[in-house]
Amino acid sequence: MFRLSLVPLVVLGALLMTAAGGLPPVGDPESPAATHVSPRYISRGPEETGATNLVTGVLADYRSYDTLGETAVICAAGLACWLILGARWREDGGAQ
Amino acid sequence: MIPTLDPLAVVFLTLMIICAISVLAVRDLLTSVTIFGTFSFFSATYFAILGAVDVAFTEAAVGAAITAVFFVTAIFRTDRGAD
Amino acid sequence: MKLAFGSPALDAASRLMTPFMLMFGAYVVVHGHDSPGGGFQGGVIIAACIILVRLVRGRAGGWMLAPERALAFACAGLGIFIGVGLLGPIFGGNFLDYSALPLLLEAPKARAAGSMAIEIGVAVTVTGVLSLIFDALVEARDDG
Repeated sequence: MFRLSLVPLVVLGALLMTAAGGLPPVGDPESPAATHVSPRYISRGPEETGATNLVTGVLADYRSYDTLGETAVICAAGLACWLILGARWREDGGAQ
Repeated sequence: MIPTLDPLAVVFLTLMIICAISVLAVRDLLTSVTIFGTFSFFSATYFAILGAVDVAFTEAAVGAAITAVFFVTAIFRTDRGAD
Repeated sequence: MKLAFGSPALDAASRLMTPFMLMFGAYVVVHGHDSPGGGFQGGVIIAACIILVRLVRGRAGGWMLAPERALAFACAGLGIFIGVGLLGPIFGGNFLDYSALPLLLEAPKARAAGSMAIEIGVAVTVTGVLSLIFDALVEARDDG
């Protein structure tokens, strides 16, 4: 089984190594991710959002819908943990 | 084309790979969780080298502290061996 | 399970660290606009502080965020977020548009204040949820 699992491992590794050669270098200003909306955020961000830290400015202001969804997901995860893991000790009236 | 990498980044990437392999290779789950915390710290340092300080912050807080505590608690609830 | 690793050394160490962890967490939340950090990271640090005290001193330490209360915290944080977002349409702007808030500030300052309120909501949610998950893991019955 161990030797059998080596085959897809090597194939997948070779595939990923080949694909990694096509990635743009780190911090390349010409890469597709850095040419769409990033220049606007970087040039106007601090004066529009009032945040020196650009990451917080984008997360809490430009993309606050994303952050709202993320918070809702975290809240739902906590609810699920409480409902599933805490089912038994809710039955006998809490932890006290 | 081989992308040029910071030598410091190469060091931390190598350490991350070593940690990732030993997490799977170790038989004791508690040791595995500890090495996983080390992996998180190395990846946080790697993010900091790349200039993503916020991501490094999150990785160090969540990956190294909270996840390790949750894993250790889960191991205390169950058996310690991997098999 | 009464998970408590109380020993004098651990007790002293946790007593020494707790106020600094709480203060650093609050700093990370409030100062996230000008330095690395934000609501999520600060909430995680505060939750780590609560979990540390809970690990060292057990349930008797008086630091336990009761699960119902932690759940209320989580939902209250989400409520703060949505409430601040809904203030925008009430005062004639878009949803989550903080520049419409009647704060008597120019737009960037008002937006910074609105984002700050949202970060606090996220921090409260994260603190409540992480404490809740830890309690749910620890307090689950042994037979099952």
